[in-house]
Amino acid sequence: MSILILAEHDGTQLKQSTRQAVTAAAAWQLPIHILVAAEHAHVVAQEAASINNVARVIKVEATHFSHPLAEDVSALVLKLAAEYQVILAGHTALSKSVLPRVAALLDVAMLSDVIQITAPATYVRPIYAGNVFATVESSDSTQVLTVRGTSFAVAADGGNAEIVSVEAPAANTTTSWLSEEKNVSDRPELASAHVVISGGRSLGEQFNSLLDPIAHKLNAAVGATRACVDAGYAPNDIQVGQTGTVVAPELYIAVGISGAMQHIAGIKDSKVIVAINHDADAPIFKYADYGLVADLFKALPELNAALN
Amino acid sequence: MKVLVAVKHVLDYNIVPRIKQDGSDVDISGNKMGINPFDEIAVEEAVRLKERGVATEIIAVSIGTENSKDTLRHALALGADRAVLIQTDIVLQPLGVAKLLKTIVEKEQPALILLGKQAIDDDAGQTGQMLSALLGTGQGTFASALNIKDGVIEVIREVDTGNETVSIKLPAVVTSDLRLNEPRFLKLPNLMMAKKKPIETIIASELGIDFSPRLKQLKVAEPPVRKPGVMVNSVAELVEKLRIEKVLP
Repeated sequence: MSILILAEHDGTQLKQSTRQAVTAAAAWQLPIHILVAAEHAHVVAQEAASINNVARVIKVEATHFSHPLAEDVSALVLKLAAEYQVILAGHTALSKSVLPRVAALLDVAMLSDVIQITAPATYVRPIYAGNVFATVESSDSTQVLTVRGTSFAVAADGGNAEIVSVEAPAANTTTSWLSEEKNVSDRPELASAHVVISGGRSLGEQFNSLLDPIAHKLNAAVGATRACVDAGYAPNDIQVGQTGTVVAPELYIAVGISGAMQHIAGIKDSKVIVAINHDADAPIFKYADYGLVADLFKALPELNAALN
Repeated sequence: MKVLVAVKHVLDYNIVPRIKQDGSDVDISGNKMGINPFDEIAVEEAVRLKERGVATEIIAVSIGTENSKDTLRHALALGADRAVLIQTDIVLQPLGVAKLLKTIVEKEQPALILLGKQAIDDDAGQTGQMLSALLGTGQGTFASALNIKDGVIEVIREVDTGNETVSIKLPAVVTSDLRLNEPRFLKLPNLMMAKKKPIETIIASELGIDFSPRLKQLKVAEPPVRKPGVMVNSVAELVEKLRIEKVLP
């Protein structure tokens, strides 16, 4: 038996979450296979084959994978599932949509957002917005899980896996892809950036003008709180927290963020946390390595100038 | 068009759960409980569909103990027409919940099934997708907007890179994200009226379905705490400290 990892990619490159899933999969000491489904899978399959410790890459090409739908990807995973003891992926929007379907049709439980694999079927995962860590054991014959990227190291290159092609099942007949609205940014990706600077609602209309120059100098990704996104000052895909993106950069700078638990749960594995807030009683200071009580509208231009 | 909304009775979102002394589970006894916030958004969306003349009947379904009736009454007060409680005392997990919901869907034949994208207690985020797979319908997860016409639902989904719009043939399963809507404030007269609306009780164990938990919880613990930090007095001092830590250029 082997392990199947569902690759996440943008058509040309693997997402970091796939390499983190490879590290998580090492817990089983079984051959690791990576499934790459795409319209043109060649480049991504080559990259997957070069990851250390990967035994096989399964390449599946079909036009309907140009914008993968959960209905189609789950049908593909189910076609392959019988050969696998473990089916896993990073905890991404695609995997969160696909793997519960796979688990249900295999009649097995699924584990979401696993942060630690303590034995081949024992897992630690956060519950109650990260306020509690639960250790759970699964006795199902197939283990289906998503893993939190930031909890596992990024697997490096060094492998030379075989690449095999598999035919895709026919496209589903219930659901079709219509369009997308991508937030294009020249900043690093939030989930994998070494530095993240995030703002709260209090930055208001000045969210971008205050954070962007600093982010540019630090080659940082920009994040936002839920309240800030809800208020329309920042797009939804940069929301940091338990229900948004979980980050663990070298440096996390929280600006005007009070520190709601669901936000803290998404940042607390960061190496160094800095909090700048005008309210000395803000809960964020309890989690910060360095705290500064200051007026944001003065402190941020000062910080920007200090980085010159 | 009939709409079925699944609602879960959970610990109030403002309360940080205590852990039992033996570390076996969280202790929620004596705490304020309520409707899972994502499910409340799902109910609100169903009510808006009815107000727009798209939905004709809204059925709220919950699975759990007698206490879940409080959450069903909340859904009724928001505007659901009737409610079903699938009653059981056993620990529920997403697969079992999806199987139980499937029996109600097959009985009620709704065109749209709405659920929250996840429950704020177990944070699994699986039930909607599992239900969709078991029913063989299409799914639209993490919905931030939806539009129904000609037997098709268009769903704008919040994904990792922005938004994506998909078109799904009805019947369909849709899970709500935070920004789908802002649920209305419950007024006292609505709560009073909700008491007159019917709640049907079905005993889960009589449905002939295996919904026993598959995962065994071995223990729960508080997350590790970060080492205490220091306060600095100026931006200059902050920059100096971060340069010593080698996290700033």
